[in-house]
Amino acid sequence: MSALLAFTIWVTLSAGLYLALSRDMLRCVLGLAMVGGGANLLLFASGRLTSAQPAVVVAGEQALGAAANPLPQALVLTAIVIGFALLCFSLVLLLRLIPAAGTDDSQALRSAEPPVTDPFKPPLPQPGCEPPWPPEAPR
Amino acid sequence: MTVLAATPVLVPLATTVLTTLACRRPRLQAALSTAGIGGFLLCALALVALASADTPADIAFGNWAAPFGIQFRVDRTGAALVLITALMGGAALLFLASDADGGAPHPLRLPLLHGLLAGVGGAFATADLFNLYVWFEVMLICTLGLFAIGARLDQLDATFKYLVLNLLGTLLLLVAVGAVYGATGHLNYGALAQAAQQLTPGLSVVLLAALLLAFGIKAGAFPLYAWLPASYHTLPAPLLALFAGLLTKVGVYAVLRTLGDVFAPAPAVLYEALGWVAAATMLFGVLGAAYHWDMRRILAFHIVSQIGYILLAIALGGAAGNAAALFYTVHHIIVKANLFLVAAMVWRLTGSYDLRRIGGLYAARPALMLLFLVPALSLVGVPPLSGFWSKLLVLQEALAQGRVVWTLVALLVSVLTLYSMMKIWMEAFWKPHPDARWRPPADTRLAPAWAAALGLAGLTLAIGLNPQPLLAYAQAAAATLGAAP
Repeated sequence: MSALLAFTIWVTLSAGLYLALSRDMLRCVLGLAMVGGGANLLLFASGRLTSAQPAVVVAGEQALGAAANPLPQALVLTAIVIGFALLCFSLVLLLRLIPAAGTDDSQALRSAEPPVTDPFKPPLPQPGCEPPWPPEAPR
Repeated sequence: MTVLAATPVLVPLATTVLTTLACRRPRLQAALSTAGIGGFLLCALALVALASADTPADIAFGNWAAPFGIQFRVDRTGAALVLITALMGGAALLFLASDADGGAPHPLRLPLLHGLLAGVGGAFATADLFNLYVWFEVMLICTLGLFAIGARLDQLDATFKYLVLNLLGTLLLLVAVGAVYGATGHLNYGALAQAAQQLTPGLSVVLLAALLLAFGIKAGAFPLYAWLPASYHTLPAPLLALFAGLLTKVGVYAVLRTLGDVFAPAPAVLYEALGWVAAATMLFGVLGAAYHWDMRRILAFHIVSQIGYILLAIALGGAAGNAAALFYTVHHIIVKANLFLVAAMVWRLTGSYDLRRIGGLYAARPALMLLFLVPALSLVGVPPLSGFWSKLLVLQEALAQGRVVWTLVALLVSVLTLYSMMKIWMEAFWKPHPDARWRPPADTRLAPAWAAALGLAGLTLAIGLNPQPLLAYAQAAAATLGAAP
């Protein structure tokens, strides 16, 4: 059982990392979500894998015995919720970013850091990528 | 007053909720936000007072005794950082009232800002490793919101890069937390400190290396700092100052907690590795800054470089190293935020952040020139400003431990920092404006900006001219950390 779970985590993490290294932004975000899934599985495994015994300390004893520790399961729930929220945010971000940039290639995304044109001096910011000056008068 | 320990989260979180509810009424929202930061400041002062009296505020939630319930414990280190967080929040909110690059008004800007403060406050107050991960996530989602609400193309671009690299960092942190729990069975700092002594050195190195790698991404340490200079300069100035002051320092604080307190003394190889990482962080950060001509990008690279000094202090370890790290962090947060604020005032008067397009402020606004020199020279480490004492503490300890190479790198980086600051001074203040018809605009609303920047400069001067109170506080804080003999 442990070996199977370890293998699953390995496959999930490597597939996720492979996708996350992609230049395609959507693949990158999905890859990160997969890495998150792998991380959650790993956290889950830290509470021991046993058969379906209830996580109840028997009367008169101090320790849990052979049952799995329920705390990591609670931690995983927290992590899943957070990961889901971040995945939603990143998908919405891509929905805005890809049409605005006209590309889904992260290498071509050079608005924040314009490509170098001069061997010595850094490039000037692209038009429209600076705060407007003078600032608009307050409403 | 146990509930006081939870106020670094409760007060900003309550402010977040209230300002969100008031998001259709800007005046009410601003009033609530001011009240919220005022309350946060008072609670932070009370926490510092409690911690200084050796009765740190302490609470374990849900009536579970300490190792089982999630515990908040604000010791001297945490209390000082919570106070500085509240001060920075106040300065940023004050600066938002000026018209110096505050960004377009957005109904969710204030709620997200207070949410960010809640995340930072929680990270400084908690005494639970998984809880620390949660606060990192709270900070992450709030910063992402603040990056994206401007909705300019470069801001969306920066959001994406910030998201990918920081998400990888938090996922790595999650894996490391899971592994630490699997190996020790504890998440509470106090219980972890005891359980960590039972670990074999090999296992301990692997676990701590994973934790430190995750915190290193958050702190912007070499070679994992690429997200910082790629994104920070797209932010509006008050938010940029807040991020520059606080976010990376939470990562540094987590490193200090790990290596200097909970897991101290950790295997020596980790301190050695951290020292070299710190030296590389200093050097590569300052070299990146030397290339750039945009004030925000120069200063963003200097965040990286200064992080190196704090990491070096932590790597030196012991009570002296930890005290130096805390002193340096407090000094650095104030100075770095102030530099970004002054840069925004320069932008308002001259029309650009790029040094090739501006100039002439020495003649037009001599007072602003003096205001710039206080944080700039403090960043370099010129006596008698606060940066001098910070660097003195770090380098003294480095020499005492015979770390000549690290000391030489740190001194070289100071000189290169001086080069960057002089570049800004020469180009923005000394040389005439490239456009001969330029006159400083008369219709500016800079009074709140002056108030915020002068307040921070006053703090820098106060620490510089009278470093003993902060030094004594930092030494007392280090004496209660785990590394103290």
